Amino acid sequence: MFPSAKIAVPAPLADLKIQYTKIFINNEWHNSVSGKKFPVINPATEEVICEVEEGDKADVDKAVQAARQAFQIGSPWRTMDASERGRLLHKLADLIERDHLLLATMETTNAGKLFASTYLMEIGSSVKTLRYCAGWADKIQGRTIPSDGDFFTYTRREPVGVCGQILPWNFPLVMLVWKIGPALSCGNTVVIKPAEQTPLTALHVASLIKEAGFPPGVVNIVPGYGPTAGAAISSHMDVDKVAFTGSTEVGKLIKEAAGKSNLKRVTLELGGKSPCIVFADADLDTAVENAHVGLFFHQGQCCVAASRLFVEESIYDEFVRRSVERAKKYVLGNPLTPGVSQGPQIDKEQYHKILDLIESGKKQGAKLECGGGPWGNKGYFIQPTVFSNVTDEMRIAKEEIFGPVQQIMKFKTLDEVIKRANNTTYGLAAGIFTKDLDKAVTVSSALQAGTVWVNCYGGGGNQCPFGGYKMSGNGREMGEDGLYAYTEIKTVAMKISQKNS
Amino acid sequence: MSSATPAIPAPLADWKIQYTKIFINNEWHNSVSGKKFPVINPATEEVICEVEEGDKADVDKAVRAARQAFQIGSPWRTMDASERGRLLHKLADLIERDRLLLATMEATNGGKLFASAYQLELGLCIKGLRYCAGWADKIQGRTIPSDGDFFTYTRREPIGVCGQILPWNAPLAMLVWKIGPALSCGNTVVIKPAEQTPLTALHVASLIKEAGFPPGVVNIVPGYGPTAGAAISSHMDVDKVAFTGSVEVGKLIKEAAGKSNLKRVTLELGGKSPCIVFADADLDIAVEYAHMGVFIHQGQACIAASRLFVEESIYDEFVRRSVERAKKYVFGNPLNPGVNHGPQIDKEQYNKILDLIESGKKQGAKLECGGGPWGNKGYFIQPTVFSNVTDEMRIAKEEIFGPVQQIMKFKTLDEVIKRANNTTYGLAAGIFTKDLDKAVTVSSALQAGTVWVNCYAAIANQCPFGGFKMSGNGRELGEDGLYAYTEIKTVAMKISQKNS
Repeated sequence: MFPSAKIAVPAPLADLKIQYTKIFINNEWHNSVSGKKFPVINPATEEVICEVEEGDKADVDKAVQAARQAFQIGSPWRTMDASERGRLLHKLADLIERDHLLLATMETTNAGKLFASTYLMEIGSSVKTLRYCAGWADKIQGRTIPSDGDFFTYTRREPVGVCGQILPWNFPLVMLVWKIGPALSCGNTVVIKPAEQTPLTALHVASLIKEAGFPPGVVNIVPGYGPTAGAAISSHMDVDKVAFTGSTEVGKLIKEAAGKSNLKRVTLELGGKSPCIVFADADLDTAVENAHVGLFFHQGQCCVAASRLFVEESIYDEFVRRSVERAKKYVLGNPLTPGVSQGPQIDKEQYHKILDLIESGKKQGAKLECGGGPWGNKGYFIQPTVFSNVTDEMRIAKEEIFGPVQQIMKFKTLDEVIKRANNTTYGLAAGIFTKDLDKAVTVSSALQAGTVWVNCYGGGGNQCPFGGYKMSGNGREMGEDGLYAYTEIKTVAMKISQKNS
Repeated sequence: MSSATPAIPAPLADWKIQYTKIFINNEWHNSVSGKKFPVINPATEEVICEVEEGDKADVDKAVRAARQAFQIGSPWRTMDASERGRLLHKLADLIERDRLLLATMEATNGGKLFASAYQLELGLCIKGLRYCAGWADKIQGRTIPSDGDFFTYTRREPIGVCGQILPWNAPLAMLVWKIGPALSCGNTVVIKPAEQTPLTALHVASLIKEAGFPPGVVNIVPGYGPTAGAAISSHMDVDKVAFTGSVEVGKLIKEAAGKSNLKRVTLELGGKSPCIVFADADLDIAVEYAHMGVFIHQGQACIAASRLFVEESIYDEFVRRSVERAKKYVFGNPLNPGVNHGPQIDKEQYNKILDLIESGKKQGAKLECGGGPWGNKGYFIQPTVFSNVTDEMRIAKEEIFGPVQQIMKFKTLDEVIKRANNTTYGLAAGIFTKDLDKAVTVSSALQAGTVWVNCYAAIANQCPFGGFKMSGNGRELGEDGLYAYTEIKTVAMKISQKNS
């Protein structure tokens, strides 16, 4: 996630034109059935970038019909070589690479992301993800099975079918690719609802889907709101699977809706309150920097944000001092502007929620080390904020903030910190900083988290299965296991006259 | 099903129910409420005994025990995986030792034919445990060549406390299908057997203790669905719920999981499974498998072959042979040798099946044989065959779960595939043909979790089993079924320099 080599970053596109603002079904652009549109906002300026067609249930129905048609036995997509599916994904990756500058400018403008980071990391990461998934397409294997009796028995890993995919606003392009990469690699068709805050890069990629040569109906994109278009997907009687990245609150509604409707398969990537544990023997500079970036990346708007930082007593004061110093090194402003190192929060709702939690930290007695309030008079900016002497019962220690607010807590013993780290219904990620081999291995085993980083935070790659324990999610994305979530196993057992081993 | 058939002994003449309480921490508990519930013999409608009735408070106790047994540092968590396998083998040994008792109990409580319970069910249980035992120390994570200077690996950890809700149609086999994989992977469990059939599960609880599983690893709370079952699916400290039963209840469970704590959910639900018999099939084989496919255990199988599509040119002959086959039944108490048709499980099922049979007659299907109840005691229904069934009839759409066969006619390949797939179910399917291409392409086209070719109901522990669409979520048994009982953890350690 955090590259070391410095590559020259070009200037953002000065003259960004938004070409694609409609609903994408069957490789065609459609107006919404209702005629409604909705505004897309620049969170740094609070200005409207453009309007986009607002999809609702009727548009989702059209998209699902198209996706179902494209999934029929005998269709171009179903009869295509798996390797050819891989080739199409590689082609899409090529096109994203071609439109690198445009997509980085668009993502920055729409999502409030730092331009340099988007250009250097997120577009590149998206391209790598597509190529990773492309390589899997013809390696999704079933088994032959030595079952009891005179049978020839095998399994197939078939595509699940029509997959609804509901995306978050914090990493619009990366999350789009994490959803469509595995789904298409395994042969599914998809109906995507990008976050209402950030539909633009998804719609541009839709044009690339068509240009790359995916058959009509394989990828469909319906921009719109959660309670309308999103709910239509999760309740739909003809959607076979729904995948969602977002809040735990909405994840629960989606799983409930899946049970109420047609038992569609559900994978969820939800929130977190991920602990970092810094032992006294850790390399202090590495720990401070990784814990810092682990929390403050993208203004704290990451599901894996390292929002509970447990530091061993003997190094606590020095750790806090260095963390505060680090947190003061930010230049806030329009993320398109070079030199700016902190952008805005995504919207007013998030902005207020974060400020409310910061106030609770002050009220409940945490020590405010720096920051602690809004910044500027336009755009949703919040100062990088560090609280020390945080105790486990405070709201800032329990609730997901999703903002640039770091909590630093003190611990004495190993058993104590493991218990405290696990004392949450979340379980997405964790970090451990130590040079001790046994600590690294045994503590990572003891932590109830889907990903545990040791002497780093937030790294890894497409190769690793990612997802939450407990209420941080259901299932995994990426890696071999993430791809298998997009398959449905069929066992075929043929009676034969005599089996031999 | 197997080639070597050991002689089947007589059922135990004089056996006692020893275990009728709630099993928590390897101890026997009364229900917190003090309530008990009756367990019925469906062949005689008599009460066999009473069992402690578990409810939310008992489930809470059981979950606490299971959570305790799952703590890092516990005997169960620090045990070698191979030792978990050895304990499962030991349990299989004890079930084998008590085979006669368990078969007698299952036949009496579950209305199962004694010979079938002794040979097939107990055989499947014992083999199932041994299969899972072998997997315990083969549940592997990966090392992963991830981008960057990292040493990265995954672990397949046990999920945690698993709630498991069992059906009444194969009580012992379904108990083993649940605990085998769960325990092999290192989980702890809280089981609610079906209220109709708790007895064999409770006997196995005593064997769990005898085998040496640590306290709290397996807990069994008999009780009803809306009370004990719902308490499990809504529990905030249960990490996963597995359920076998009806689609209607499966939906409630998934909803409850979403409403409570997002516990992982696997479901094995109902079916309306099609058999397709092509004109080139071996007719005798097709008739016999299609017959057994729907009449096994009086039609009370999730995979019942309840929509039989026969190619036009062989239709009349097929019906004739199927009817002849359906008339070969001797009714009575399933403990008696020579009886080959037992009762339905309870009054509710009995009435539901008879209602569907009446609908078949009313909606114009041709009643070939059977068509009503049998005897004046016990829930017996005559094996019933309907021909000239059309797709819109209730008997062609709804799951009957009784001894009722529907035989439909088809003309073309494309037509029959469409009709076979035209259902929200998708559990299993059968194809009868000698043609290679038909066998492979039709099995690909059918939306079913298991497709049998020139056979039916050949369930084996090595094969992942489960439903497409609304017949279920996830798979049981086979490698993939075991993985459903694991939670993947990725560990990425920063290192100074990686090399391939």
